[in-house]
Amino acid sequence: MKFTLSWLKDHLETTASLDEITAKLTAIGLEVESIADPGAALKGFIVGHVLEANQHPNADRLRLCAVSTGTETLQVVCGAPNARAGLKVVLARPGVTIPATGDVLKKGAIRGVESQGMMCSTRELKLGEDHDGIIELPADAPVGADVAGVLNIDPVIEINLTPNRVDALGVYGVARDLAAAGLGTLKPYDTAPVAGTFDSPRKVATWLPADKAALCPQFVGRAIRGVKNAESPAWLKDRLTAIGLRPVSALVDITQYLTIDLGRPLHAFDDAKLKGAVGPRLAKDGESLVALNGKTYALDANTVVIADESAALGIGGVMGGETTAVSETTTTVFLESALFDPLNIAATGRKLQINSDARYCFERGVDPESAISGAEAATRMILKLCGGEASHMVQVGTAPQWKRVIKFDPARVHTLGGIDLPPGGSKTTLARLGFTIDEHASGWNVTPPSWRGDIEGWQDLVEEVLRIHGYDAIPAVPLPRPSMPKVTLTPAQRQAGITRRTLAARGLAETTTWAFLPRAQADLFRGDLPLVLLANPISSDLDAMRPSLIPNLAAAAGRNANRGMTDVALFELGPRFEANKPGAQVQIACALRAGHTSARHWSGTRRPVDAFDAKADALAALDAAGASAAGLQTATGSEAGVPGWFHPGRAGVLKLGNQVLATFGELHPRVLAALDIKGPVVACEVFLERIPPAKKKQAGVARPLLKPSPFQPVERDFAFVVDTKVAAETVLRAVRNVDKALITDVGLFDVYVGAGIGAGEKSLALSVTLQPRDATLTDAEIEAVAAKVVAAVEKACGGRLRA
Amino acid sequence: MADSNVLQIRDDVLKACAAAADIAAVEAVRVDALGKKGRVTELMKTMGALSPDERKAFGQQINTVKDEIAAAIEAKKTQLESAALDTRLAREVLDVTLPVRPEARGTLHPIGQTIDELTAIFGAMGFEVAEGPDVEDDFHNFTALNFPPGHPAREMHDTFFLPTAEDGNRYLLRTHTSPVQIRTMMGKKPPIRVIIPGRTYRCDYDMTHTPMFHQMELLVIDKGITMAHLRGCLEEFLRVYFGVDDLTTRFRPSFFPFTEPSAEVDIGCSRQGGELKIGNHGDWLEILGCGMVHPNVMKACGLDPEEYQGFAAGLGVERIAMLKYGIPDLRTFFESDLRWLKHYGFAALDVPTLTGGLAR
Repeated sequence: MKFTLSWLKDHLETTASLDEITAKLTAIGLEVESIADPGAALKGFIVGHVLEANQHPNADRLRLCAVSTGTETLQVVCGAPNARAGLKVVLARPGVTIPATGDVLKKGAIRGVESQGMMCSTRELKLGEDHDGIIELPADAPVGADVAGVLNIDPVIEINLTPNRVDALGVYGVARDLAAAGLGTLKPYDTAPVAGTFDSPRKVATWLPADKAALCPQFVGRAIRGVKNAESPAWLKDRLTAIGLRPVSALVDITQYLTIDLGRPLHAFDDAKLKGAVGPRLAKDGESLVALNGKTYALDANTVVIADESAALGIGGVMGGETTAVSETTTTVFLESALFDPLNIAATGRKLQINSDARYCFERGVDPESAISGAEAATRMILKLCGGEASHMVQVGTAPQWKRVIKFDPARVHTLGGIDLPPGGSKTTLARLGFTIDEHASGWNVTPPSWRGDIEGWQDLVEEVLRIHGYDAIPAVPLPRPSMPKVTLTPAQRQAGITRRTLAARGLAETTTWAFLPRAQADLFRGDLPLVLLANPISSDLDAMRPSLIPNLAAAAGRNANRGMTDVALFELGPRFEANKPGAQVQIACALRAGHTSARHWSGTRRPVDAFDAKADALAALDAAGASAAGLQTATGSEAGVPGWFHPGRAGVLKLGNQVLATFGELHPRVLAALDIKGPVVACEVFLERIPPAKKKQAGVARPLLKPSPFQPVERDFAFVVDTKVAAETVLRAVRNVDKALITDVGLFDVYVGAGIGAGEKSLALSVTLQPRDATLTDAEIEAVAAKVVAAVEKACGGRLRA
Repeated sequence: MADSNVLQIRDDVLKACAAAADIAAVEAVRVDALGKKGRVTELMKTMGALSPDERKAFGQQINTVKDEIAAAIEAKKTQLESAALDTRLAREVLDVTLPVRPEARGTLHPIGQTIDELTAIFGAMGFEVAEGPDVEDDFHNFTALNFPPGHPAREMHDTFFLPTAEDGNRYLLRTHTSPVQIRTMMGKKPPIRVIIPGRTYRCDYDMTHTPMFHQMELLVIDKGITMAHLRGCLEEFLRVYFGVDDLTTRFRPSFFPFTEPSAEVDIGCSRQGGELKIGNHGDWLEILGCGMVHPNVMKACGLDPEEYQGFAAGLGVERIAMLKYGIPDLRTFFESDLRWLKHYGFAALDVPTLTGGLAR
């Protein structure tokens, strides 16, 4: 909301400076958004008095002037035709900056004669376009004074209104707040009734159905005849122009003015264009209207229109219509002042996409007592500016009941607001804001004024006292502190943190991607999950909630590759969305690698990423999150739960019992093609919430006692020939299970296919560590275990020792 | 006779030892002199035939010679081994200026790191971390937070909605972390001190807005909590987070549906020369919104606003990360540009703590 300083001072008697006023506005919750002060650029410009104006000795068109600054007399060369002796002028002395050019004025010589200053035009000061001559100041302007004060330049203040502050929609309300805050005295606003001299020939009516009467509870009108609708006077046009409104004609400008002055929108009809009674009704479906902005709007039965007996004339509380607008030929004006339902106005404005000052006021809720007082103020102004004669007021409906009493204990200012203030201070503040207070032994009964519909409870009263008194007065008191902080994170949050840092330590860069993605990608990565779409996506490529974190990371890898970074290692912890309802989201740790393990290097350690990188990331994340590799099984194939977006032969899942804790593998070439990225790309997704929580141990966090064996471990190597289809894990598990106490480690150090073994077979070389506990192993004991190992592998998968 | 023989052997052996070219030759000299059938050994065998006096004198002499020979052989061996090692080392040369084998260095995203910083600060003040779902219902996101019907935030223009679900509800993506306030208050009895970091969503995408961003909510509910505690808590937080011990704050009246009284908080700053600096330099920077929890919100959660009071605050995680770490553009947080992640990211083990410092 914008207004000028002089406008504010119409209502506020104050000696405060612009800076004091704007600082106070922000301090009381009317945050100043901007201050446009053309006068600020005029610092150093003073009123000069031309004592003499003589012909320049060397130039016909120039004059040589003697200009008094009040303390000295300067010689100024001037080319303006109106430079003459006796004139009061705007004088710029060397050192000031000329607003139009931004140049600093210097002493100079013009045609051989020294010039010690400059007399300025409107254009040079950026106050207007006039450059025909220099500014002629009033004859009584004090010589030597700052011109900014003499020129009466009006700064424009824009405040950012919070939606609750309907009372400050008008300049008068702003002045009331400032006065309450001690910045001056609020001048009374003349809302006394203007006596009508005849009955309004125009009647008002309401055609709203009884159950919709609240959409326009009060409709007030008055005819004013014999008006002359000419251009508005300069002061009115200047004010409207200053705040960005376009002056139209006196009648229109008066309604515009009062909307800003009082926060009270009004409408002026050309009475000659009306047929029969006027009043609110619901629009008919299919009805349309040409509004004052020249646009045609299709209306429906949820819209309140102001109509006469022939047609809809305007969109109630939003914008008037073109057909009944006032013009320079208007002689009788019918003034409308009504109340509308804020929700309905907001809905109508949004639907029709009209942003008008009227809508801005009504959707926030104007003062319910202002329909008549506003009409009186408008009448007074019309009679003054346009002449004429007013009828009696006509109205349908009444102002809705707004009075309510709030019980208030002034001690609450301290117990909620935290400041110490004597009850008298609160009382003065509330009274200045228009609240009435009825003091009782048990507390106060406070009635908010009609313009403060936002005040509901005692907490609101505390805020009123606090904001007018100043939030600066609130002391800073530390929260009572526990002597030692308790644990801040839940076990799951802690595990997530360790998982993040573990993956980062593995060389992956953490990223954060949208929770949404293109629908086509959601389809590629959702498996059996339903497609969770947004009803109103920000764009068509962000229209589905992600069922997996892989596509966003894969797309990121693609974008990085396009920038020349083809080796990518990224991870993200975040939700995937499994259904259209709250709580159907699952926390995932996703790691993705693309390209090579590293840049090219002399050591030759570089290789393309493969499924084992993804598996290693998954195992590391699982281990960090509390699921150690020992209990996990690797399974393959779609029946084991390997998702279809992985390469069918190069992917797997990590299971604990029947529960899939993680999926990993190389992305399917078809998926890469659909995402338009180059492989190889490998990824894993770890379902953090599926990891069973650590069992509560009897001894708390103490570890079981370490019992290192004093006996030397024995390492024996075996090479087994098995069918190529046999999973290595089958062999490893068989060996481990032979003697879980004795066999402490089984390594797999070679996989061989080729000469020396049969077609369709492979050789797996295992190193088995035997750790005796009670005595050194004898050769016979070692041989016995070795025989069991061989038997177990044969039983598990038909493997045999390689010859 | 015996003397001259011993001396002869000594001279011969020492000469041969000195002349030996390699370890094998030295070994041959040793065997020839001191081996089982070596010349010195053989000579010692002759001692038995001598008289006790002669034997003593001869024994002393031959032992001296034997020790001398053994020492010479050992010295020669050491000398030859040392020379051999020098020769080997002269061949074994690496260009150690070559770059080391590549090891990838991962990083942590500034959003997560900032949330860890906030957790460290508020953890010390006795807060816990609460979380809630990204997909919310109207009740938790709006109604319980005292948003009136018809509030603009409830429109499709501002809020992401999901299509009407099978259960008839129209769910939405939470527009703030405040619904978790409601879930927290409904889930446990005061005293409550929680921070609520998380993803939030609004229909906005331009220079300074992204459709997804992160907020951190602060909620304190107890008996006797006042706005003075709100100010004390936030001032302490802002001073520690920005590392400015005497950072000044300015509280301005504002409006949020879910707090009463409400405030915007500014911190001191300077914008001289187009560079933003946090500190008491005369200018102000808006940093967060806050207020005392609205009685209607308390009532919606089953708490009696006459018994309990508290405050809530909300701030943008990206915004305070941008301010602290000088990151110029919000949108870059979500682009996964490796150059950005490496540049603005944090080391894996750079865990922010109050004991070790929040930032290096």
